[in-house]
Amino acid sequence: MSVPRTRNDRAWLFVLPVVLLVAFNALIPLMTVVNYSVQDILTGNPVFVGAEWFRKVLRDPELHGALRRQILFSGSVLGLELPLGLILALCIPRTGRGQTLALIVLAMPLLIPWNVVGTIWQIFARGDIGLLGAGVNALGLDYNYTARAFDAWITVVVMDVWHWTPLVALLCFAGLRAIPDAYYQAAAIDGAGVWAVFRHVQLPRLRGVLTIAVLLRFMDSFMIYTEPFVLTGGGPGNSTTFLSQFLARIAVGQFDLGHAAAFSLIYFLVVLLFSWLFYTTMTLEDAQERA
Amino acid sequence: MTKRVILGVWLAFVLLPILWMVSMSLRTNESILGGFELFPHAPTLANYATIFGDASWRDGYINSTIYVLANTVLSVAVALPAAYAFSRWRFLGDKHLFFWLLTNRMSPPAVFLLPFVQLYQNIGLFDTHWAVALAHTLFNVPLAVWILEGFMSGIPREIDETAAIDGWPFPRFFAFVFLPLIKSGVGVTAFFCFMFSWVELLLARTLTSVHAKPIAATMTRTVSAAGMDWGTLAAAGVLTLVPGVVVIYFVRNYIAKGFALGRV
Repeated sequence: MSVPRTRNDRAWLFVLPVVLLVAFNALIPLMTVVNYSVQDILTGNPVFVGAEWFRKVLRDPELHGALRRQILFSGSVLGLELPLGLILALCIPRTGRGQTLALIVLAMPLLIPWNVVGTIWQIFARGDIGLLGAGVNALGLDYNYTARAFDAWITVVVMDVWHWTPLVALLCFAGLRAIPDAYYQAAAIDGAGVWAVFRHVQLPRLRGVLTIAVLLRFMDSFMIYTEPFVLTGGGPGNSTTFLSQFLARIAVGQFDLGHAAAFSLIYFLVVLLFSWLFYTTMTLEDAQERA
Repeated sequence: MTKRVILGVWLAFVLLPILWMVSMSLRTNESILGGFELFPHAPTLANYATIFGDASWRDGYINSTIYVLANTVLSVAVALPAAYAFSRWRFLGDKHLFFWLLTNRMSPPAVFLLPFVQLYQNIGLFDTHWAVALAHTLFNVPLAVWILEGFMSGIPREIDETAAIDGWPFPRFFAFVFLPLIKSGVGVTAFFCFMFSWVELLLARTLTSVHAKPIAATMTRTVSAAGMDWGTLAAAGVLTLVPGVVVIYFVRNYIAKGFALGRV
């Protein structure tokens, strides 16, 4: 990054189509929501409760449980999917039929609609009629994801790793392919081994791609809903009830809208905060280089 | 060698549930729930017959393909110049704008469903392919900008300057020099846009009623009063894989192309 980014306010022309398109989809519906909430207040019989809902939400022990499970879940899948995806990307052949086959098979789980993913795994993991469940039981392990919380937890994590590691792998693979050959040639001249090439050539050039992978996987896993809902229904007990499912239960199940609105606001802020932290820490070195 | 073994083990792990899905799609519901069978004892194509015999399933596939492709082209097309601006220039509000884009992926779509329907009804696009294609840009455009920016920032800025000094007009430089350098990034971006639009069911289903109904709408019909229709859902899952596999087959050359510097 020897040449710094130049200041150019005409850049807005380049960005304008994107801003218009996203604002059209994001801001107009948002204004509608605000508008309706005002109309509701005018026609209904509002009672101002102030921070009451927020207090209730923040003190809810069930919410604390769901938040703990959510953080543990997102932490586990990020911790598994990032290294795995990176390793897989390094293993994909650089040319040939093996590469075509690897890319096609790798991408398959991404292309299945999420409710179908949950449904397939629901049968797949059953001990009596499913391949995975029967296989694990045949190994002598007592496994039953519908009855035991720990098994259900493992099943949801394994399903997510199966489903989303390919996203990390494809991003990293494309990132690796974008490294100019000259970098490898220079490393070869210096006599760098595989590890040195990875540490000093590949990993630094992958930082941008990895930042995107971390943010995407964090946001999507933090808001996961469909797959665990279909697979375990949040159970047994509450063991696989994550935040969005908990929110849906309050909003739809108990029809507790004030509670749910406060919850979604806090939820959004939590995701925003974490993403901002990831983003700033991962681009910190970048910013220092530029400064 | 180790690489091949790791990759092989992973691909086997990926394929197991998919083969299970294929096997389920060839069995009746009684057989699926009746007991464990590694391979179907009495394979039947009845589930596929259900799908192909029903016009709404077929139309669903066509509709989905149309709006997904429209969305992919639109997302990548508007994201390319924006990503270039973010990676090359500093301008008023650049950092905030960049991050704001991504926050649009964080809002749960359920919150936006009703306003979305009203918005698209008001502009007369409700129940058209364009409605879904446009609505899906909400999460695909930020994704495309972010991924493309990552790849563009990996290209040294000297290339742009050298080209300018050499007298390349900007549009020609962008199309013939710059884009080929980030081919793999464009490939992977297009694939991800396709993928996220393809599997998004909630918005697609809500924004359409008759003419642009996606596969998703017909998929929910597998849940009936009689319980889940596992076999048909599995068959539908198998069929949803097909267009994606075709796309990755054609896009793979872009993803896998490396580049050599210094051809400016």
